[in-house]
Amino acid sequence: MHAFDLMTVLQNPEFRGMITHGVLMTLIVAAGSWLLAMGLALVLLTIRLTPSRIAQSGVAIYVAYHRNVPTLVQLMLWYFGISNLLPDALQEFLSDHDGEAIFAVIALGLCQAAFFSEDLRSGLRSIPNGQSEAARALGHSYVGSMRYVILPQAIRNAIPALVNHTVSLFKNSSLAMAIGVTELTHMIREVESRSFLTFEAYTVATVLYLAMSLLLMGTGAVLARHYRIGGRRLS
Amino acid sequence: MTSLIDIIRDNWLLLLIGQFPFGPLGGIAATLILSVCGILLAFPVSILLALARISPRRWLRWPVTGLIYVTRGVPLLLIILWTYFLLPVLIGQTISGFTTMLCTLVLYEGCYLSEVVRAGIQALPRGQTEASRALGHSYYVRMRHVILPQALYNMLPSMLSQFISTIQDTTLGYVINVQELTFAANQINNQILTKPFQVFFILAVTYFAVCFGLSSLAHHVERRIAHRRKGGTRRAVAPAAAVSIPAGIVSASSPEKAP
Repeated sequence: MHAFDLMTVLQNPEFRGMITHGVLMTLIVAAGSWLLAMGLALVLLTIRLTPSRIAQSGVAIYVAYHRNVPTLVQLMLWYFGISNLLPDALQEFLSDHDGEAIFAVIALGLCQAAFFSEDLRSGLRSIPNGQSEAARALGHSYVGSMRYVILPQAIRNAIPALVNHTVSLFKNSSLAMAIGVTELTHMIREVESRSFLTFEAYTVATVLYLAMSLLLMGTGAVLARHYRIGGRRLS
Repeated sequence: MTSLIDIIRDNWLLLLIGQFPFGPLGGIAATLILSVCGILLAFPVSILLALARISPRRWLRWPVTGLIYVTRGVPLLLIILWTYFLLPVLIGQTISGFTTMLCTLVLYEGCYLSEVVRAGIQALPRGQTEASRALGHSYYVRMRHVILPQALYNMLPSMLSQFISTIQDTTLGYVINVQELTFAANQINNQILTKPFQVFFILAVTYFAVCFGLSSLAHHVERRIAHRRKGGTRRAVAPAAAVSIPAGIVSASSPEKAP
């Protein structure tokens, strides 16, 4: 065993550049798939609220698939499988423009949309029926009662679950390494294989991941506190 | 469609048990063994971690809380890489990918399960602890015979869903070449080369069948437990009604009895 030599990893401009690139890529993949997931989750939620039975069970199947198939398998299916079914021109375009990252964003985003839509739905279901009845009795339209009465409470109730799933989405961005996205875990292994400083390289990655996760969790706690309804206990 | 059937017909044994008689056990058998062993070994670990986490002793509570935060804040993939690198250094001999993955799962799922167990213990009414103390039970007897049996029973559905996550987490063993289902599918894909969609589609459907079956079971168990708990509360409230105290006063003075 050699001495703990963190400075070699941190001060070498080559390694530092690689780590910075990795962090950036992780943030891009995580943020991109978060946006995709949230947008899609709102669409899924809206579909689920419509009275159509077929549309509802379609969403239920979507959610069941994405919750029960491992995220890594979904990534592989997109990157190795579905990419292969696309027209050749599109395949070439994708391989010229960071196709791995695009497929990672698509796969992680579609997967996480299922979780987000369930979080939002259970937030909605936690609001007792009396709330919407009272809003309607006061003369609010359906949209008005949603906008001013139901959603503000439902989103507050959904915040803790949304934050948890945001953290797990962030951590899942490391799986993109398996399809060759040059995010943090990928770059750390690269640093490790060039410097042979395994312990130091992994320590750097662990500290970076932990800092970003704790930042997300902390932001979530601050959000939940900020939007708390006065006098109500934080759950 | 026919190519799907062809792939399954040619490779079903590889998907099921890997190259077993001639090599290490693989395929879905390895996935299931890995996750069952992982969750069974993680279970006692999680109880110890949970008890340490709610212990009044600071030297016990703080390190465990730190460990749980680190495990929850770092991707599983990185923890696998850590184990892969650190464990052979610590024990001084090389270990197989399977063992590496098993050790990682015990640590990782142990930490996650311990949060489930902790929630289960803390969700019990304080009266349970107080009554057990009043009866003169020691800490061990209290936990072993009063608190844990109730907490663990209520936590059964969450544990089942943790088992489902464990099955999904075993796929990451692919990165350190553990011979499990995802690894087998990649082997098949490398052999055939021309039908990646079909191969990974079969893989996804297989995982879906296993995990969906288990999550339906979890839902079923959850409903039964909810049903039993409801029945339990009704019996407990009955004597109060017999002495004709207005229900409002009873529930206001003892909020813990409310379901």
